[in-house]
Amino acid sequence: MGVVHGDLMTLNIGPQHPSTHGVLRLKVKTDGEIISEVEPIIGYLHRCFEKHCENVTYDQVIPYTDRCDYIAAMNNNFGYAVAVEELMEIKVPERVEYIRVIVAELNRIASHLLALGAFGLDVGAFTPFLYMFRDRERILDLFEVLCGARLLYNYIWVGGISHDFPPNFDSKIIEFLDYFEPKIDEYNNLLTFNKIFIERTADIGVLPPEIAISYGVSGPNLRGSGVTWDLRRDDPYSIYDKFDFNIVIGEGEMGTVGDCWDRYFVRMIEMKESVKIIRQALKTLPSGDVHQALPKKIRPPKGSIYKRTESPRGDLAYYIVSDGSPIPYRLKMRSPAFTSLSVLEEISSGWMMSDVLAILGSLDIVLGEIDR
Amino acid sequence: MTIDQIINWIPFSADLPAIAFVIAASLCAVTVFLFIAIYALGIIYGEVKISSFMQDKVGPMGQGVGFHAGKWGLLQPVADALKLILKEDIIPAAADKKLFIMAPFVVFIGAFISFAALPFNQNTVVSDLNIGVFYILAVGALSVLGIILAGWGSNNKWALYGGMRSAAQIVSYEIPAGLSIVTAVMLTGTLSMQGIVEFQSGTIWGILPNWIVFNNPFTFISFFIFYISGVAECNRTPFDIPEAESELVAGAFTEYSGMRYAFFFLSEYAEMFVISAVAATVFLGGWNSPISGFFDGPIWGLFWFMGKTLSLVFVMLWFRWTFPRLRVDQLMNVSWKVFLPFSLVNIFGVAIWSLIVG
Repeated sequence: MGVVHGDLMTLNIGPQHPSTHGVLRLKVKTDGEIISEVEPIIGYLHRCFEKHCENVTYDQVIPYTDRCDYIAAMNNNFGYAVAVEELMEIKVPERVEYIRVIVAELNRIASHLLALGAFGLDVGAFTPFLYMFRDRERILDLFEVLCGARLLYNYIWVGGISHDFPPNFDSKIIEFLDYFEPKIDEYNNLLTFNKIFIERTADIGVLPPEIAISYGVSGPNLRGSGVTWDLRRDDPYSIYDKFDFNIVIGEGEMGTVGDCWDRYFVRMIEMKESVKIIRQALKTLPSGDVHQALPKKIRPPKGSIYKRTESPRGDLAYYIVSDGSPIPYRLKMRSPAFTSLSVLEEISSGWMMSDVLAILGSLDIVLGEIDR
Repeated sequence: MTIDQIINWIPFSADLPAIAFVIAASLCAVTVFLFIAIYALGIIYGEVKISSFMQDKVGPMGQGVGFHAGKWGLLQPVADALKLILKEDIIPAAADKKLFIMAPFVVFIGAFISFAALPFNQNTVVSDLNIGVFYILAVGALSVLGIILAGWGSNNKWALYGGMRSAAQIVSYEIPAGLSIVTAVMLTGTLSMQGIVEFQSGTIWGILPNWIVFNNPFTFISFFIFYISGVAECNRTPFDIPEAESELVAGAFTEYSGMRYAFFFLSEYAEMFVISAVAATVFLGGWNSPISGFFDGPIWGLFWFMGKTLSLVFVMLWFRWTFPRLRVDQLMNVSWKVFLPFSLVNIFGVAIWSLIVG
């Protein structure tokens, strides 16, 4: 007896849908519950970031970078600032470097918390999402104390940062870290090692390392496939080479290497590593003036730069061409979430409807960065 | 009291039995409806508050002046209900109008008429049918027909998905639920709900209450199979795949709004009560006191019945706010590959047990 195939049904998931993480549209061809084809359609959040940048001065670009990956705005500021500084050959004070690393890692924790919580929501667990938001809130409170903004900071500037740490801020961070570290075990007990959660995520949406590399996937998604690649270690920028931390990779603990559970768990452990980095940085935080190296006028010499940094979503790179004027001639942003999304089509055909949304959630995309 | 007693009270019942019956039946129906409405308000408040406490927040709280949600948010369910009643009732242009309108009521009827056979205490049951358990299982399955109607009538792909999933789910879970009940029926030898409860009075070896769940190891497993299948029948997490917010938007209820949507909710909560009440009645001794001869009597009977039922309802809420959702094929696996064989083994085991011990 042959297998009976009916017609495929085309279904549009999104752009308004609870689990498309923004305004993504997935055009899927389904045969009952089985998905045979997924086509992500992007562009609903396109705001001409790169074109805007060709019309504003270098320091005015920074607020735009906030709005690309709005979940990890500090890291976006950071990458841009590092790129322009390298182009201008500015050496920033030691204290600035430390503060930058601290806020970037705090923002990485906040970003991972959101990613993990939203992933839990995608597989139907509501409470862990709120637990993670509760703790993310504390990081946002810290940032509010630091620079007045909770989401879009405009904090890391070319040649420095906008404000120094307020008094007693170090102890506030330490207080948060002490509070936060045991919470990771709480999440693990509630969600990570839940039988249903493992059933839903282990062995689902396996991303083999070769495919991940050939698509240019980076960050936790690549590490989830078992590739040790982290720009903080492999192409150190700022002062990441001074700190001792592990590169977390997926080990296929619950299923195959590179499944949804691995990608999830890599983020979970990475938060612990971030806590480690922040603790080390706070211990050796030097004093000094943070505004020392701020240039009066940002006017890089003729030339171009391609600088990558490790954002919570992966290799975030800026390609900046300067013609010697105070306005960038061309600015291109390499979006890690974009490459992560491009692999969705490859790894999600043949899975069931619920799995495709779990895979999408495990890739942790931010539409603001994909569409720019 | 039962419907027959009410008929007897009506002075002209001997002359005009048909009219007396209609009056008595309407009276019962109104009472049950009021009960469901009040219970629903309570459980909506309970769900909001319990979920809030589980999620480390306080939930609705009334503060300040003006119209707020009342002290501790007690008026929140009233506000919710008012909002749903006042909302515009939208029927999509492409929908199959008749099915679309009918669906919420079919779903509600399934849950509503199940109440007819639930014994609230020694005397209070609308009608102590001699096939009570069988009746509840049969009419409980009616509500899935409504969900399928909603899914098909909405003419929406998400709704269709939800309806189809619901159909598959109910077919899978009715069977283990029914077979688990069979174990209790084998022991008691009756299908009447009151009969089953009366069987469970007294104690086992003077310590444990003589509830069917403690009767033997097989019935102990049966209770859990029945209860979990019941959770699946109510479409509650972790089996809420017909609704599956993050996958199917709202599943079969996607196109519904206002009062019709409220009816789906009302029936979901009513069904939770029915499933918990059946589990409490058949396995946990119904209105029997946990300590034999202690706090007995009609009022305490009502207390024990409601206490047991609401505890089981609470566990359902607890599930919802703790677990992720199963995938549709995993749900089938659980039903066909785990629950069904276990229930069959249970029936066999209870039969052997009754031969040897009983």
